[in-house]
Amino acid sequence: MAAPRDGTLSWFLALTLGVSLIKFLLIKAYHSTDFEVHRNWLAITHSLPVSKWYFEETSEWTLDYPPFFAWFEYGLSHIAKYFDEEMLVVQNLTYASPATILFQRLSVIFTDLVFVYAVKECCKCVQGGKRPRDILGSPSFVLAVLLLWNFGLLIVDHIHFQYNGFLFGVFLLSVARHFQGRHLEGAFLFAVLLNLKHIYLYIAPAYGIYLLRSFCLIQDNSDGSLKWRNFSFIRLAALGIIVCSVFALSFGPFLALDQLPQVLSRLFPFKRGLCHAYWAPNFWALYNAADKALSVLGIKLKLLDVAKLPKASMTGGLVQEFQHSVLPSVSPLITLICTLISVSPALFSIWHRPCGARGFLRCCVICALGSFLFGWHVHEKAILMAILPLSILAVESKDDAGVFLILATTGHLSLFPLLFTTPEFPIKILLMLLFTLYSFTSLKRLFRPECCLINTVESVYLSGLIPLEIFCELIYPLTSWQQTFPFIPLLLTSVYCAFGIIYSFFRLYGILLRGPRYTTKRKSH
Amino acid sequence: METWAVASICVLLGLTARWTVSLNSYSGASKAPMFGDYEAQRHWQEVTFNLPVRQWYFNTTDNDLKYWGLDYPPLTAFHSLLCAHIANLINPDWIELHKSRGYESPAHKFFMRATEMSDKLHLPAHNINPFLHFFFQSSALLCILLYPGLILIDNGHFQYNSVSLGLALWGVLGLGCGHDLLGSLAFTLALSYKQMELYHALPFFWYLLGKCGKLGLTGKGLILLVKISLTVLVSFALCWLPFLFDPQQTLQVIHRLFPMARGLFEDKVANVWCSLNILVKIKTLLSVDTQIYLSFGTTLLAVLPSSIKLLMKPTFWQFRLALMNSSLAFFLFSFQVHEKSILLAIWRGLTFRNTLFIFLQFALSVLTMAGLSFMSAALEPPAKLPDLFPVLVSACACVHFLGFLLYFNLVQLTESPRSDKKKIN
Repeated sequence: MAAPRDGTLSWFLALTLGVSLIKFLLIKAYHSTDFEVHRNWLAITHSLPVSKWYFEETSEWTLDYPPFFAWFEYGLSHIAKYFDEEMLVVQNLTYASPATILFQRLSVIFTDLVFVYAVKECCKCVQGGKRPRDILGSPSFVLAVLLLWNFGLLIVDHIHFQYNGFLFGVFLLSVARHFQGRHLEGAFLFAVLLNLKHIYLYIAPAYGIYLLRSFCLIQDNSDGSLKWRNFSFIRLAALGIIVCSVFALSFGPFLALDQLPQVLSRLFPFKRGLCHAYWAPNFWALYNAADKALSVLGIKLKLLDVAKLPKASMTGGLVQEFQHSVLPSVSPLITLICTLISVSPALFSIWHRPCGARGFLRCCVICALGSFLFGWHVHEKAILMAILPLSILAVESKDDAGVFLILATTGHLSLFPLLFTTPEFPIKILLMLLFTLYSFTSLKRLFRPECCLINTVESVYLSGLIPLEIFCELIYPLTSWQQTFPFIPLLLTSVYCAFGIIYSFFRLYGILLRGPRYTTKRKSH
Repeated sequence: METWAVASICVLLGLTARWTVSLNSYSGASKAPMFGDYEAQRHWQEVTFNLPVRQWYFNTTDNDLKYWGLDYPPLTAFHSLLCAHIANLINPDWIELHKSRGYESPAHKFFMRATEMSDKLHLPAHNINPFLHFFFQSSALLCILLYPGLILIDNGHFQYNSVSLGLALWGVLGLGCGHDLLGSLAFTLALSYKQMELYHALPFFWYLLGKCGKLGLTGKGLILLVKISLTVLVSFALCWLPFLFDPQQTLQVIHRLFPMARGLFEDKVANVWCSLNILVKIKTLLSVDTQIYLSFGTTLLAVLPSSIKLLMKPTFWQFRLALMNSSLAFFLFSFQVHEKSILLAIWRGLTFRNTLFIFLQFALSVLTMAGLSFMSAALEPPAKLPDLFPVLVSACACVHFLGFLLYFNLVQLTESPRSDKKKIN
């Protein structure tokens, strides 16, 4: 079943220590404005009473995560005061003393221990086909590396600066619990997760449908169809109590203070534009690009009047609302409808033909991807929400491995514009090479007797990422266009990567609807 | 997984570790007026680019030898010249004569770090080491590539040791694969890059001489000897060419390379003389000349047993042991040793692994060092002995190195002359 105990702990420890070494070495690397965001939240939660947390506006980086994360920052602030008390003063905007940097970086590294624990639990859940002769070839080992050393997570958390490791730890732990049949724990963890970062609402539908179908309905008919008589109200009630109490704990204080509308407006700021300053490689990036192309074409062919067009600044790097020139404008409601349409088939699928925990996980990935592709104001970092859980499926099924390679490589490359500083350039190239090389060679070895994981067309597409990167980062900055059209490399990167991600989305759907081919027969639970 | 994939991953890990270390500050950052090793390297680019070759090693109005004068052999100078040409294409301010002293900027730092990284000549050498089996290969590779000493000194502090160490490693590999000429060429280049490689020179000499001897000094051996000598002499000549036309030039370069006036040792270094100095102030008691003769004599004595054994039995295993012994002996007994020179010995030592003795020694060393480090951090030294802890650390380390020297000499000398077993290590 699970990997043998002897030797398991030692290699896992080695992997953890190794990646932690890299994390420590990255303490001095560039950090983005997210660093100031979190310092500000430390200050707000430490210095101000709870009633002011969601009203405080001294800094532009207002608190826009759910209450549990605010309490998390509050807890951290009590350790922060031993490093440098000045960072906890709200007025000290952009305060970044060496002690502050050290504290914040260390806090990310240490909260990553949650992620490490979750990865360990996930590794226990994956099984290998044949008994591997060496540990390095076992699915558990490969999964541990793919998760612990994930390129995206490393650069977003430990260079750019965020707490995704901790949050993904809670998410993966919840997934592991579902694999292990401990559904109530899984549900509890997910409820907690939603109250830590509400972006995980993207995958809430998958949880909802899966738990209703596979947990509340105790047994199916012999042909697999629904048997409503087996619906367990007790289980539903248990789930309800757990979820409601978690939300009550989280939002209760703010409900009591009559601050709920304010909190919600902070959590869902729809005044921001369709796309982030740098377009996430999703459907709307292609839509925007098409709109731009058509407007340029229209002007050239004299079909459009330049004066009547709105000032083109969608690509100006500002986060504001703008209208499209040629194609119809998109509102938040439209994106919501598109998202729901894109994930509904998957939800129906696991309702009518549940495939156990793995089917649920695949549905999670599809929900995450669908929301990424069609959501409102999506950050490119959200691609990690699809890549990380897909890793678990990738080590068990050849088809998933193929999709994973495309999605991970493309998704990771789309994160490159996040790190635009020169000293970090070699590091991101090296780490990307490391992860990509490892993922390709290890997954290929895992499914060795079978033929290639990716076909020729896919290989050509992925190879195209290299000249794209060289052009965008090395050649273009040396041209004169860099001054006049600075957004071109970003546009090219997100458009090119969008194709790969959309393709992966459809491939995943194909696998879900067709039914995956595993290396061994397993019973779904 | 295929060997090439594992090796490439190890190499990438090594490079990543180096680049992340290079994000930190370098030696002498913002420390006017002298700054540090980083400024020394930049200054050599300035000197080699702007001044004619005949002035590089001389004290002139344009070249003040007191301000980081060149004290490495010509290949370092040519390397600096190459970097200077690239620097000139990017920003001539970096190497402007006189005006660029102490130049510091983020762009310049990136450039210097990049020149540092592009000299990772030794990395491919590890990929083709035929003497290691797979699992040992990956773990040994990681050990060597992630060796903190070299990373910190080269990528942190700022030096170019990897170049000479890499060339020396190519030399060892060449000899190991039977390519004596290529190996000799590589080592000659290493020696022409940093004179510290003299620590390894004797074993190369004795091994090749012994090998020629075994082949028969009248037949094939003589031909090989002639070929090797020619290779070495021609490569030396090519590297030192500009300085061979004028004997004054040659002498001045040698004078710069071996600064005899600086005394037996400087600062705290974990060798015999520094440790002995705690009890007997030899640095002040003896004249400089006597010190030179003393260290020369003791070094020669220390390498004598290992050299003789290597000459009698010139196998590759003996050669590797002799490299270790020679570098240790030179470190412990020779003149004007810097603490960074221990890199040479440790580097050799990393390629030996499976002996219980080494593990025990290692454990003991770690415990002692941990104890001493803790004391240095936690306690204040007594007022009369402000350098107490660094000196204790050096002395302790010296004792360990002496232990290693004894051990490796024993291993080399006690290998029976008739045993031909190939040590797969």
